[in-house]
Amino acid sequence: MRGARYPLAVLFAVVGAAAAPAMSALAAAAEPTELREGAGRDLTVGRCIICHSVEYIPSNAPAMNRAAWQKSIQKMKEKFGAPITDEEAKQILDYLDANYSGKTG
Amino acid sequence: MLTRREALLAGAGWLATRAGANAGVPAGATVGEEVLGALPGKKALIQRAFRPPNFETPLADLQPIYTGNSVFFVRYHLANIPYVDAAAWRLDVGGPSAQHPLALSLRELKGNFEHVSINAVNQCSGNRRGLFAPRVPGVQWGNGAMGHALWAGVRLRDVLHKAGVAADALEVVFNGADGPLLPGTPDFVKSVPIDRALDENTLIAFEMNGAPLPHWNGAPARLVVPGWTGTYWVKHLTEIRIQPAAFDGFWMKSAYRIPTGAFATARFASQETPETTPITEMVVNSLITSPAPATHLRRGEPARLAGKAWDAGAGIESVEVSLDGRQSWRPAKLGRNLGRFAWREFELPLDTSRSGPIEVAVRARSRNGSTQPEKLTPNPAGYHDNIVQTARVEVS
Repeated sequence: MRGARYPLAVLFAVVGAAAAPAMSALAAAAEPTELREGAGRDLTVGRCIICHSVEYIPSNAPAMNRAAWQKSIQKMKEKFGAPITDEEAKQILDYLDANYSGKTG
Repeated sequence: MLTRREALLAGAGWLATRAGANAGVPAGATVGEEVLGALPGKKALIQRAFRPPNFETPLADLQPIYTGNSVFFVRYHLANIPYVDAAAWRLDVGGPSAQHPLALSLRELKGNFEHVSINAVNQCSGNRRGLFAPRVPGVQWGNGAMGHALWAGVRLRDVLHKAGVAADALEVVFNGADGPLLPGTPDFVKSVPIDRALDENTLIAFEMNGAPLPHWNGAPARLVVPGWTGTYWVKHLTEIRIQPAAFDGFWMKSAYRIPTGAFATARFASQETPETTPITEMVVNSLITSPAPATHLRRGEPARLAGKAWDAGAGIESVEVSLDGRQSWRPAKLGRNLGRFAWREFELPLDTSRSGPIEVAVRARSRNGSTQPEKLTPNPAGYHDNIVQTARVEVS
């Protein structure tokens, strides 16, 4: 009956909000978009939320280090077709490694 | 009182609250902060990811023998999830090894084939990934990426035979209505070996627990592959292809794989390489549902240990329990046998006459002789965590 593809509506709301950081509190109402403050955060959020909400990042942090993030970004770019340039991939890697590399041992 | 954020969430049709610490996770293990979220038509579940939606059933909702439709876990890989119009829905059955390709409406699917039903566990391959040590990437599931239901529909093999299975058929490939947001993202498409597809227990289901499939669990029809992990239970089925060659999509070739030979589970020969092979069957396993983690019992209070055991279809032979830190083991009382793919309940009274901790350990044994191990078998994707289940119950 319902023809609307509701997740797309949510996606658009969030993409719009993420482009304007002042509205991020509103965006959080629809889905988590908050990542730690740091160089490269807006780029990281902007690229990742094209396909998925960003809580995948903090929830995976305990399993991640720089090499694991590099592999993950490469997978998104090469296997999943994420529109990320090489230069952006480097900035995203630096941001994720600095803020979400929680793997010990 | 609702905060502004909660009010906005409620207005958007979503509810989110902070859950109690460690709800649904065994004592001593945590998966991190848990957020409860309610998808439309579902009760509040543990929100592992909002989009694509990955929601886990809380432990309290795994206590009944049948996991309710409104609390059954939700797992998607890709975020483009249409609400399928059941009246317009068509299932295409074809492929190079189909002699008479056909298309079925829901009415034809329901009207032209014998109806069957089966009790079966649906468990995500990654259930308990969040409990792996060392931690591995992926959705950080606790214990609730699983459930048990009565699935009703028609036999896949009856539909395949109607389409005419050629002698060269090797695999059957399944696609659903859900898909990617970007053209470069591989669609979620899975295959099973022809012998599994023709197994009498493999169904195209349109009901669970006596009601139409919920949207988030694959309406209007999904694949049910009893004994095999949830990745094969393709939701919102739209296309079935019988083919003479191994399907080479991303979700078969690169995802859902385990080291070849690491587990004594069914082989998927046409997809196997010397290094890796697809995950197939579930391994023998159990879950303690009661007492809940961090329960304190009063001295003298009547109490019992209870839970569920399951395997890939050989059936549960026994469930052994230790109440003294694995020094001695005794058999638990098993509940009714609801079929070899079903959950088997177990229970044992707990002696609360003395103060102090009770160190509980539970291990199930399958009729195929396998039992739950003490240690995890390392694998990169964090599959098959079936180690002996433990809990610490305080009596005071």
